[in-house]
Amino acid sequence: MGRIVLEKVKKSFGEVTVIPPLDLEIEDGEFVVFVGPSGCGKSTLLRLIAGLEDVSDGVIRIDGADATQVPPAKRGLAMVFQSYALYPHMSVRKNIAFPLRMAKLDQAEIDKRVNNAASVLNLSDYLDRRPGQLSGGQRQRVAIGRAIVREPAAFLFDEPLSNLDAALRAGMRLDLSELHKRLNTTMIYVTHDQVEAMTMADKIVVLRAGNIEQVGSPLELYRTPRNVFVAGFIGSPKMNMIEGAEAQKHGAHTLGIRPEHIDVVADGGVWQGRVGVAEHLGSDTFFHIHDTGLAEILTVRAPGEVDFRHGDRIGLSPREDQFHRFDAEGLRIG
Amino acid sequence: MARAVTTQRKTINTIAAWAVGLLIFFPILWTILTSFKTEAQAINDPPLFLFFDWTLENYAVVQERSDYMRFLWNSIIIAGGSTLLGIIIAVPAAWSMAFVPSRRTKDILLWMLSTKMLPAVGVLYPIYLLFIQFGLLDTRIGLVIVIMLINLPIIVWMLYTYFREIPGEILEAARMDGASLREEILYVLTPMAVPGIASTLLLNFILAWNEAFWTLNLTAAKAAPLTAFIASYSSPEGLFYAKLSAASTMAIAPILILGWFSQKQLVRGLTFGAVK
Repeated sequence: MGRIVLEKVKKSFGEVTVIPPLDLEIEDGEFVVFVGPSGCGKSTLLRLIAGLEDVSDGVIRIDGADATQVPPAKRGLAMVFQSYALYPHMSVRKNIAFPLRMAKLDQAEIDKRVNNAASVLNLSDYLDRRPGQLSGGQRQRVAIGRAIVREPAAFLFDEPLSNLDAALRAGMRLDLSELHKRLNTTMIYVTHDQVEAMTMADKIVVLRAGNIEQVGSPLELYRTPRNVFVAGFIGSPKMNMIEGAEAQKHGAHTLGIRPEHIDVVADGGVWQGRVGVAEHLGSDTFFHIHDTGLAEILTVRAPGEVDFRHGDRIGLSPREDQFHRFDAEGLRIG
Repeated sequence: MARAVTTQRKTINTIAAWAVGLLIFFPILWTILTSFKTEAQAINDPPLFLFFDWTLENYAVVQERSDYMRFLWNSIIIAGGSTLLGIIIAVPAAWSMAFVPSRRTKDILLWMLSTKMLPAVGVLYPIYLLFIQFGLLDTRIGLVIVIMLINLPIIVWMLYTYFREIPGEILEAARMDGASLREEILYVLTPMAVPGIASTLLLNFILAWNEAFWTLNLTAAKAAPLTAFIASYSSPEGLFYAKLSAASTMAIAPILILGWFSQKQLVRGLTFGAVK
């Protein structure tokens, strides 16, 4: 079980309020991702749930019980740190066994669980090595092993993949999703990478300056962002934001259109412009379009075989049913 | 780009390093040599370097005249006791300063260090009076306390620097893994800080061993350590250089041997965790 509820949770460091009173419910078995730019308070929020920081005000409930004053060791949560935080003086086996040793389990049970976790995580051959003798990906798996042996109420991940290279990161993303499906345990995952958020989450919590901007499933956030910030943060490349006369024509202060919702035509189209940079990814090409008569440079995502070069004239026709309209405060209209 | 070091340059560096090393070691070497001379040879002009009649006479005299073992035992108790007591007090202090610093932590550290700049003689009188008041004069426990207090700033500073090198996330991981504060310090912090604690122990043992001002001023006979043993061989008249040298050699031999076998730890201790 791992239902976590935050009620009016607030955190200040001296005079500075990092997290204004905030409410959030995390259901048992959910994979929740906290995402936001650096300094938005997402790691602090995770550390509050872990108990590594004290809340300034409010209540944290874990499975219904008030855990606000409970020390981290007693909350039944496991955490994977960005730096992995392995014990350098212990072998991999001892690292994974450490939480079980602290829980005073008998040796037979400890061995059984450690061997089990090691085989799941492909660590069986490395059990007698020290963390210093492992690669980044292996260390990451040891950190995860140390978390899963305890069978915690929930897992907390603090940017666990940011120290890995791109290829390894994609693989670990998949592994973590599979792990979640298999264990069916609550997972709270902090990242600044919206791709990680989109690919893994059941529920994404978008944070800015300690405030929750929106909570929802990845596709909800993608399809109906509540405000300009979420619209710009979710999706890659970023949504085009058009202001001025063109936006007013559609009854909005800011008009948003995603690069993938603009079709490219050789001539005609709603907007005409000139190709600036063309980024060829093979499968797709991102065109940056100048001189459309709009104040903004537009980004367009086209299939890889569409062939335009730097300086070519290009016509754009946005799919009007995919327009996002925002008012002067940046909030979604309709 | 790595700086190119030619063989010639390396040779020059090696020679220079040996020259400096020998210069520093020379007084000790001279003391040891003198301890094997007769009193007359010890003050011979020009000084005799190696070609004299080697004799163990001085050692025999020193052995006969005073109880070396008693002084040695006092030195071990005072140096060991003050170092251990200091570590026990300093570990929690350094832990809190390194991992839960307050706004004044830096100030406290500097203030502690500033006490080392106070001339010891400036507080001799009050401490002497306190010693009389508490009946601590010429007791080992009194010296253990005073020398511990004198070295405490250094012990705290050294441990603080070592603890600071340990990433806080590892301690937090232990906390998440269910370790109590005691288990966190016992199973995670201490094993990781062992090299640091060891060099702190060692350096402070040596400092306490060599401490002469307080040991000479606060002891008479019962609690006198080896520093007093050396001093007892200096006299206002007569020839005493050879016997004094023999006593000195006997007093510094244990610490010299200890230092020789723990050079690596000591170097790490003296660089205060600056190099990994």
